[in-house]
Formats: sequence, structure tokens, C-alpha cells
Amino acid sequence: MTLDLILLQTFTGLALGSILVLMALGMSLIFGMLTVPNFAHGAFYMVGAYAGVVAFRLTDSFVAALVCAPLAVALLGFAVERTLVRPLYGRGLDYPIVLTFGLAYAMIEIIRILFGKEGIPFETPEFLQGAVSLGFGYFPLYRLFLIGVCVVVVGALYLCLEKTKFGLVVRAGANDPEIVRVLGIDIRTIWMLIFGLGTGLAALAGLLAAPMRGVTPEMGIPVLVEAFVVTVVGGMGSLAGASVAGILVGVVMSLTSLFSPKFAELSMFALMALTLIIRPRGLFGRPGLTG
Amino acid sequence: MDKKIVNVDRRTLLAGLGAAAFVPMTPAIVRAQSETIRIGFPVPLTGPFGAEAQDQVRCAQLAIDQVNAGGGIGGRMVELLVRDDKLNPGEATTRTLELIEKDKAHFIVGALAGNVQLAVNEVCRNRGVIYVSISQSDTINEAGTFSRFTFHEGLTPHMTTLAVGKHVFPKARGKRVAYLVADYTYGHETLRAFKRASQQFGMQTVEEILHPLNTADFSTFFPRIMAAKPDVLCICNFGRDQLNSIKQANDFGIKKQAQITVPVFLYAQRRSGSPAMFDGIVGGCNYHWTLEDSVPSAKKFNNLYRAKHNNTVPSDYGAYGYAGVSSLLEAVKKAGGTDTDAVIAAFETVKLDTHKGPEHYRKCDHQAVQPVFVVESKPQAQMRNEFDVFNIVSVEVGSEDNLRTCAELGHKA
Repeated sequence: MTLDLILLQTFTGLALGSILVLMALGMSLIFGMLTVPNFAHGAFYMVGAYAGVVAFRLTDSFVAALVCAPLAVALLGFAVERTLVRPLYGRGLDYPIVLTFGLAYAMIEIIRILFGKEGIPFETPEFLQGAVSLGFGYFPLYRLFLIGVCVVVVGALYLCLEKTKFGLVVRAGANDPEIVRVLGIDIRTIWMLIFGLGTGLAALAGLLAAPMRGVTPEMGIPVLVEAFVVTVVGGMGSLAGASVAGILVGVVMSLTSLFSPKFAELSMFALMALTLIIRPRGLFGRPGLTG
Repeated sequence: MDKKIVNVDRRTLLAGLGAAAFVPMTPAIVRAQSETIRIGFPVPLTGPFGAEAQDQVRCAQLAIDQVNAGGGIGGRMVELLVRDDKLNPGEATTRTLELIEKDKAHFIVGALAGNVQLAVNEVCRNRGVIYVSISQSDTINEAGTFSRFTFHEGLTPHMTTLAVGKHVFPKARGKRVAYLVADYTYGHETLRAFKRASQQFGMQTVEEILHPLNTADFSTFFPRIMAAKPDVLCICNFGRDQLNSIKQANDFGIKKQAQITVPVFLYAQRRSGSPAMFDGIVGGCNYHWTLEDSVPSAKKFNNLYRAKHNNTVPSDYGAYGYAGVSSLLEAVKKAGGTDTDAVIAAFETVKLDTHKGPEHYRKCDHQAVQPVFVVESKPQAQMRNEFDVFNIVSVEVGSEDNLRTCAELGHKA
């Protein structure tokens, strides 16, 4: 077991974690603001990949697809929030759980009808093919790109929430929607925007995963489970938690795989159990979010 | 009323209901003569093996249409009852039980995963219903699992890895072999068979990694594999797992270091990826449509498929669906009816050439003795059309010598 191998494996974990970070960020945003545990998040991830395939076929540009697909799915998110989620606010957790759970099934079935059950191949874009030397071994260029995109998105999201007026309203709304409303701010529009932002992030994750994992109607199901684990480890509703926990889960899975591949999947859940025992609200969790 | 019975071959729900309503009013003898022959067909339509399963349905239906167009068997039409087993042994057990108890299926053909076919086999064995398995398995032939109702049209991992190993191992740059294996029956069986074949060529196992079935991201396994410095990497998995693992192995540049080999090189997965991605990869297969250049029955089968499916060609696993149903119906024809004992006796002796040349079922374990093909992915420049993805680089002719002996499987002589 050389240091080079451990470093290479860590980078593999970072790439794995990047997808999880993007997924968990969206999920945490929606849960933190709207108190909606979005069980359709994996389905939005999948729809994002399909939207990306369509955009790529139309424009023949992966970069264009990276912009178009999240936007399209964000619009879908707006529509879903406005028509389906909004009537359920204030009715507790179970209503949105059942709604989003069913919505996920419907979305998967619609995609199967439109694009077939078999899935669609999606090649790594030409300019990102191949492997580059990192000094301690060769690493796929595309996975490096994936880590880069994740860093940029997390940075942009941080600036947006911490430094802009929109971010201020969002943070205030998360703390006390009642007061924000009294101050004359239309919190409902903010909620709709947040739902769209969250689903857009899921779409971005889906499209970024597509060249590695292919595009299939069921691709979101395992990722949803992983994203929930990350959200729980990081603390429900915490963005910093989602980012740290996403990377942590990716690296832990990857390193476990190096020493004992059989336990790689289990390691994620072991990490979750351990976190819940030591810090029941997750690494960065706030008290009382679920009321 | 009579008209309705003739119409059953439309397989519409209405006609089915009509016939069902009609049957109880008819005297028993008439019913036995004219009753539709029902073949239950549980396959994993949804999930990672969906592409393969759907073509199995298309091809099985083709075999049935062919018989029905010729007036059926002794005037009896044949019907295919397709069910989704969702690649789950529990689901497959329930569906198969329903097919036998509720739908009164005479025979079961299908299942597309080692563990699922063993579950289906178990149900059929208990109910005394003939089951033709159309996917790979070694275990199904072994005395502990086998029953006289079991017929195995699929190749065995032993047969495929032997054919592939004979081609790949002598040419390898060195003796080091690494294995990436799906952690379920089929993966374990192919691993065992590959190791056995590799021993004949003095190969040495340097790494062995089991991955969960239906894994999306294989990246965490590759640094470890690369560190073991293999000359050959055998990837023993199936369906989408095969596509994703090869794709990601490519990203890590493993091909520069090792010859990638698969026990079964799947047509549907090869079609889902690019020629560049699969370039140089070698694997076994039960059927490739270009066989039609030398085998007349392959040409006939391809043409049937082309006529029905918009000038496309059948896949490898599709061919299993066709072969399973065709062989069964040949046996039924020979037996002159659906009586289980008569069909078993006919099955054990019938000489077949359904789509790939001569084939017969060995008496002791009901394994289909048939040719195995070794294929290599074609580079883009050599492809005649989008379907022309493989070069057949070696043919292992059908011989009982390529099977494990009856004694080794635990069958008494």
C-alpha cells in the first residue's frame, strides 16, 4: 500500500463526493427552507441527465448542455412547487413525503415512455477524455473536471447566499418565515425559487454523472439513498454540512474500497450510524428544524 | 363461438377472456385438442438487464409466430405470457407461481440472471413443470439443483470462459490476471470457471475484487487493480454493469496496461458504447448475427427478425429467447402434445438447428451442446453498418468434451 495509491484513491473519492455534494446541497436547501424532504430528488437528477442528452443533441456542445439542462429542470421545479408542493405547506412532513415519493415514480415512468426503458449512452465529451498525470498517478481528466465544477458551484452558491440581498432574504426566511412576511417580502416566490434551485442542482449532478454512468430511467434511485445519507451526516438543512459530508462520504467509501472493496457500500451507512450516535443532528445540524 | 378460438392467436386480452369464458362449456376432450399451448416467460424487463430482456421477448415471440403461422402444433396455437421478474428472485418466484397456478402455463422459459433462474428452476421443479433456462449458469446443471424438468439452453460459464481463455491467455503479455466480479451467482460462477481455465495456461491471479450488482460507479476499484499490474483484466459482470465498468476502466487508462476480457461480450452493451471505448476488448458469445454468412439457419432467423422489426438484427440474448422457445416447441412437436414426460423424452433426443448450427441437449444434465463464439470489438473503420460490431475471432464447436463431465456434476451414469 503506497502513498501514491492512497492519494489516487482519495482523488477518486473526491470525484465521487462531488456528485453527492451537488445532490445533497439541493436536497438540504429544499429541506432547510421548505421543510420538504424531497424524495423526488433522484428523479430530478435523472431528468437532468435526460434533459442534458437532449440539449447535447440539439447544440452538440457539452458546455451548453451543462447550462441548459439545469435551467430546464429548474423550470420544472418551479412548476412542481407551484402546483403540487405549495398546497401542502403547513400540513406536516408526511404529506410532502408521500407526494414527492409518488412524483418520483411518475417521473421515472414518463421518462420510460418517452425515451424507452433501456437507457441512452452518453459519451465523455471529447475535450475531457483521457487521463492526466497528477504526479502520483494518472487520473481521468473528466473526474478532475467534475471536482472543479463542484468547487465552482459551491463557491457561487456560498456567495449568493452570504453576499446578496436574495441570500439575506433566503436566510431570514429559513429562520422565521412569519417575520419575513410581515416585513412585506413575498416568501412564496422565494420558496418557489429555492425549490427550482435545488432541483436544478440535482439536474446538474445528473448530467455530470451521465458520461461516467450512462443515462437510465432508474439512475436516480441509488443516488437518492446516498444523498439522504449525506444530508443526514451533514445535518438536515445545513449547506456547509452537505458540502463537507458529501466529500467525507465519497472519500470514506473510496478508501474503504482500497482496503476492503466488499465493505465500500456498507462504510457509508456505518459513517451515518456513527454520526447519529455522536452528533444526533448531524455534523452541522441546527436544532428544532422539523418542529 | 368457434370463431373466437381461431382468433386466440391475436393474443388480445378480449379474445383471451372470450376463450376463457368459452372453455368451461366445452367437453373436456375437445378442450385438450384445441387448447392453446401457453409458455410463461419471466424476464427482467425493468432494471439493468432490461435491454437484453426486451430482445428476448421479441425473439421468443418470433419463434411462436413462426409456429402459429404454420398452423400451430397439432392444430393448437401457442401463446407467450410475458412477465417482468424485475431481476429479483422473490419477484420471479411469485410471477412463475402465478404463471403455473393462475395462467395454467404448460411450460416456463426465461429468467436472465444466475440467481433468478435458480429461483424459477426451484418453483418449476416443485410443480413438475418443464423449465427452459436461457441465461448462463453452471449451478443449474449440477445434480443438487437440476431436476428432470430443467433444460438449459444458455451457455455455461464453464463453456464460455474455456473458449475465451483458450484465445486470450496464450496471447497475453504476461501471466498476471486480475478479476473484477459482480457479487452474485453469475459473477461467482464465471470467476470460478475463468480461474479454472486460466490454470491450464499457467496464469496467476493477482487481484480479485467483488462489486455489488448494479453498481453505478466503479472508479474506486481501479487504482487497486492498476497497482496489481495485471496483464489481463477479466471483468465478470453483466448488463449495464459491463458497460459502465468498461467505460470507467477506459477513463483510467487500464487498456494501456492490460487486455480487458469479458466472459460474455454483450451485443446490447457494445451497441450502447462507442467503438473506441470497446476497441480491442475480447469476450465470448452465444450468437452474433454475422453468422449468417456461413450458417443458413442464422440467415433464416435474422430475416424473420428483420421483417418484423424494421430491418434491424437480433441480439445475442435475443437469440437465447428464440432458441429456448424454438427448441421447446420442436420437442413438443416431436412429442405430439404437451404431456410433460413425453416432451422431456423428446427433448433429450431431438436434433436441432434453430439458429446457429447443430445443437442437442445432453441427457444427463439437459445442457444444450452448442458452438461458442469468441468475438472482438470491431474498430469503427471496419464496421459495415451500425450492427456490425464484432469480429468472430474463434469458434469452439459444440462438443460434450467442452462441458464438465456428468460425473463431475454429480449425475449418476
